[in-house]
Amino acid sequence: MLDLAVCESDAKDARRAPSILPLSVDGLVYEHAGVRIIDNISLHIEAAGCTAIMGYNGAGKSVLVRLLHGLLTPSAGACRWAGNFDANEIARRQAMVFQAPVLLRRSVAANVEYALRIRSFNGERRAQRLEAILQETDLLSLRDRPAAVLSAGERQRVALCRALAIEPEIVFLDEPTASLDPAATVAIERILARAMRAGRKLVMVSQSVGQVQRLARDVIFVHRGRITEHTPIEEFSTQPRSEPARAFVAGELFE
Amino acid sequence: MNDSASAFATAVQLIGDFDAALLEIIALSLRVSLSAVVLGALLGLPLGAALAIGRFRGRQALIVCVNTLMGLPPVVVGLIVYLQLSQSGLLGWLHILYSPAAMIIAQLILVTPIVIALTRQFIEDADADYDEELRSLGVRGWSKLVTLIVEVRYSLVTVVLAAFGRAIAEVGAVIIVGGNINHVTRVMTTAITLETSKGNLSLALALGLVLMFLALGVNAAAATIRHFAPKVAYA
Repeated sequence: MLDLAVCESDAKDARRAPSILPLSVDGLVYEHAGVRIIDNISLHIEAAGCTAIMGYNGAGKSVLVRLLHGLLTPSAGACRWAGNFDANEIARRQAMVFQAPVLLRRSVAANVEYALRIRSFNGERRAQRLEAILQETDLLSLRDRPAAVLSAGERQRVALCRALAIEPEIVFLDEPTASLDPAATVAIERILARAMRAGRKLVMVSQSVGQVQRLARDVIFVHRGRITEHTPIEEFSTQPRSEPARAFVAGELFE
Repeated sequence: MNDSASAFATAVQLIGDFDAALLEIIALSLRVSLSAVVLGALLGLPLGAALAIGRFRGRQALIVCVNTLMGLPPVVVGLIVYLQLSQSGLLGWLHILYSPAAMIIAQLILVTPIVIALTRQFIEDADADYDEELRSLGVRGWSKLVTLIVEVRYSLVTVVLAAFGRAIAEVGAVIIVGGNINHVTRVMTTAITLETSKGNLSLALALGLVLMFLALGVNAAAATIRHFAPKVAYA
């Protein structure tokens, strides 16, 4: 169908300069209002390809990506990024696409331009990057449309465009296609596959085994705030090691 | 019945004739209330934004106070401003009691809490929606505040219109500090009060009609902005 085959990572960009990847997380805990939402998670995220985070609703997936991205501060443990960069530089090399993205009340192009300005893309470089990324995400025809009138699929594409515009090393995605129809989902996945080929690391929360098979190279399965397994995609889709993941893949209810 | 019908006819005629006395009163009303609203917006919009974003001790108490001040009775404001501007008051040396300046001050005190409170509410609501996205992008401090203000710009226009509606329709404060002096401090609301008590119903009615049309215009403008703004929200 599409060239969604996961790249063998011609990750030139990411490898040339010192990278913030891989990411190591040790003993991550997050408690809110006395409830332990993330319970002592340790994991290792490699530089290449897409790492999927799966699990049932309420397992803690969204909280986990927010902790990794730095939007939430862990109660214990920490994210250790490679290289010796300060917190600002580490944040600057990341982007995130939310399940329900918030777009500014201006045109599509102005939304992307805003992100570029914030991340210090100036002058000619900003204009060039804007054109290139609008083209890549198939948004040229919508560039002057007010963001407020876009469909859900178009909104998500703008959010993705904005995230990729700033040339992040790693992009976190929280169920980016959760409320989209098949055509819009394909459009998003195509953009994601291309971003990976350009060397960007994706960490994506997803509920769709099919989508994860198309995009990811490894899967982290989260259950009740803990990781029950972190396995390569081939293994995960055929014989998951943990019981909750096995039930999830089989489409069964797990108690 | 006959009385009020003929009063109404004369009122319409006064408006149609651009009666000089009528126009003078309308002009002063607009001058006083617009000045108060412009100053109130200059003060209230930044303060409201600061209150929405700032995190400091006593913030919640301050919000409750400002919200309460939204409902200040105009006569009480009039009385307080009167006391301060009178000879024995703190600001007596200004000698502006019974002048348009005094009326502007009184209305400024009435509208500023409205602007602060509503601005705070709109920006805080927007902040709740935008917070994660903006933090993810790395937008902080001033640039975050500016972004949020730009995002709620249409709501802020309706805030200013609401403040204007309050100022132009208010009588209690301007009559105390202005004194309703003909050609000096007589505005629409105080003139209506006086003319009605004198039995000069046509002038009172004419002013009442103008006032209502102004109110209608302001509300129509607010509704239009609220209706169309989200759809034409270009940069």
